Amino acid sequence: MRLSQMFSKTKGAAFMPYVCCGDPNPEFTLKLAKALAQNGADAIELGIPFSDPIADGKSVQAASARALVAGMTPEKAIGIIGKLRKEGIGVPIVAMTYYNIPFSFGEEKFAVELKKAGAQGLIVPDVPIDECGPLSAACRKAGLDLVQLATPNCSDGRLRKIAARTKGFLYAVSVVGITGARGRMDARAIRLVKRAKRMGVKVAAGFGISSPAQAREFEQAGADGVIVGSRLADLYSRFISGKLIGERRALAAASKFAREMKRACLG
Amino acid sequence: MKKYFGKFGGQFVPETLVMALQQLEHSYLTVGKSRKFRQELGRLLRTYAGRPTPLYLAKKLTARGGGAKIYLKREDLLHTGAHKINNAIGQALLAKMSGKRRLIAETGAGQHGVATATAAALLGMECDVYMGSVDIARQAPNVYRMELLGARVIEVASGSRTLKDAINEAMRDYTASFETTHYLIGSALGPHPYPAMVRDFQSVIGKEAKGQFAAAEGGVPDALVACVGGGSNAIGLFFPFLNEKVKMYGVEAGGDGNGHAARLTGKGKPGVLHGMKTYLLEDRHGQIADTHSVSAGLDYPAVGPQHSLFMEQGRVKYAEADDSEALSAFHLLSELEGIVPALESAHAVAFALKLARGMGRGKSIIVNLSGRGDKDVDHVRKIEGER
Repeated sequence: MRLSQMFSKTKGAAFMPYVCCGDPNPEFTLKLAKALAQNGADAIELGIPFSDPIADGKSVQAASARALVAGMTPEKAIGIIGKLRKEGIGVPIVAMTYYNIPFSFGEEKFAVELKKAGAQGLIVPDVPIDECGPLSAACRKAGLDLVQLATPNCSDGRLRKIAARTKGFLYAVSVVGITGARGRMDARAIRLVKRAKRMGVKVAAGFGISSPAQAREFEQAGADGVIVGSRLADLYSRFISGKLIGERRALAAASKFAREMKRACLG
Repeated sequence: MKKYFGKFGGQFVPETLVMALQQLEHSYLTVGKSRKFRQELGRLLRTYAGRPTPLYLAKKLTARGGGAKIYLKREDLLHTGAHKINNAIGQALLAKMSGKRRLIAETGAGQHGVATATAAALLGMECDVYMGSVDIARQAPNVYRMELLGARVIEVASGSRTLKDAINEAMRDYTASFETTHYLIGSALGPHPYPAMVRDFQSVIGKEAKGQFAAAEGGVPDALVACVGGGSNAIGLFFPFLNEKVKMYGVEAGGDGNGHAARLTGKGKPGVLHGMKTYLLEDRHGQIADTHSVSAGLDYPAVGPQHSLFMEQGRVKYAEADDSEALSAFHLLSELEGIVPALESAHAVAFALKLARGMGRGKSIIVNLSGRGDKDVDHVRKIEGER
């Protein structure tokens, strides 16, 4: 399913959880993604771990480090997307990683293989629109949506340019800072969603969102999607020891959280 | 300002920082080029930091080499003990005059952290310094110095727990704090406009050396030698000589022969880290490699983007000195000249000695003695005790 189709058939805001691929092992990622999809996720953002994730806070940094120690690689992550498709997970999958990964892999090859495996989109937070030329071209050619990010400190002119370049949806970064659960949302983040909506694009808010109440706030501001990553990692990582995880309890906690978030996203 | 050096450089940062970096570039081009700023910076460098630094003909070292004359540009004599203060005062003054009240910095060896903490004390600004836990352990005296100067040292325990990770953490801080805070990057690296701005602040080294050499010998030297971690002391010396007929050598850390930090002479390839496209060390999956060098200041998997361009152009030759060569030079310069060099600078001295041997007696080399070795004395004593 394309991202645009998913947004148009979703009531309220889409719930789009972020999962760090391979944390703490590939089998758990498959089970977690499946559990999320069965419990309300409208799309999955799948993180391909990078050694130096500068846009991420402690939770996703730790998740990435665990996944890398356990041997996750870009090739294996692409393989996991293929497996999710084979196992019948139909929701859109958007890969998220840092630029050195596709740059080292070969941008065209990376986009083609992601698409072939079954991904719909790609998010690369350290490539702003001014630097996205080669990656945009590679994604366009492969038929993959390269999602651009906008932030609360973007001027109207800058926001318009980002909205014009983005594919799939516009990622409204809901904090001034890095990822990680926040107790309160910044009023500027809500304003950013409203500003971006006026540009006629689908808008998903993410960074710092951790509770159903916050998701509802964004849904009411007009967001088409809500992305949650750190909070989810915090929930399941309590059950991790080394490469092992208490799967039953971890999946139960994640599923319960997904149902609560989905309910909030319905408005 | 141009964002790229050939195909290297750029501004690969999260969107939040794009506006912050545009503002920084604007401040640099307006406030930073103003007469008031230039005058104040010149005054502080002269009366506070100790510029100009001498250009010293090291006669005994020259005799040991048995070839070209070896001149040392004595950046080690600067306040706080290294060239880092040139850039720290420059950027701190720019931040202060642009209305920022807090400075953050990363540090490896601790020299840049100390320089930033010093500039913050001088200008009455808050200061937080990020430092990897491995570096905190091997550069303990500098940690206390920063605290004495009123800075807070924040330990970074992620990744390889060295300079690379300290930069990650400082960039994360800056992403949330840029409205009141200036990120004072310590080398000629990072997203645009840092590589150009830091190079400009460090170019005072080469400008002085050029005049001093002309007065001492006439003309220009035959070769310049400097160590390259991020590459700021090297580019500071080289830049004013770029259009002269002078050979230039950047010396990377060869480490212990295993996980070394040779990006331009070793297995490096172009990639993207810390906001810039440049040569770097990575594994076959694109994950940034851990490096190892006896000197914390050279322990960095990437290099300033202009050095990547110089390497591809062939304008600068890059070579390496390994841990044991650097340690030998550390002793040699101490014994022969009464100058204890920083371990980083000792890499340059080690290479220069070999270079001088291969050059004729009528030739001259300038080595950038970028820092003094006080910070390394305990560390060297410890590792040599273990051997």
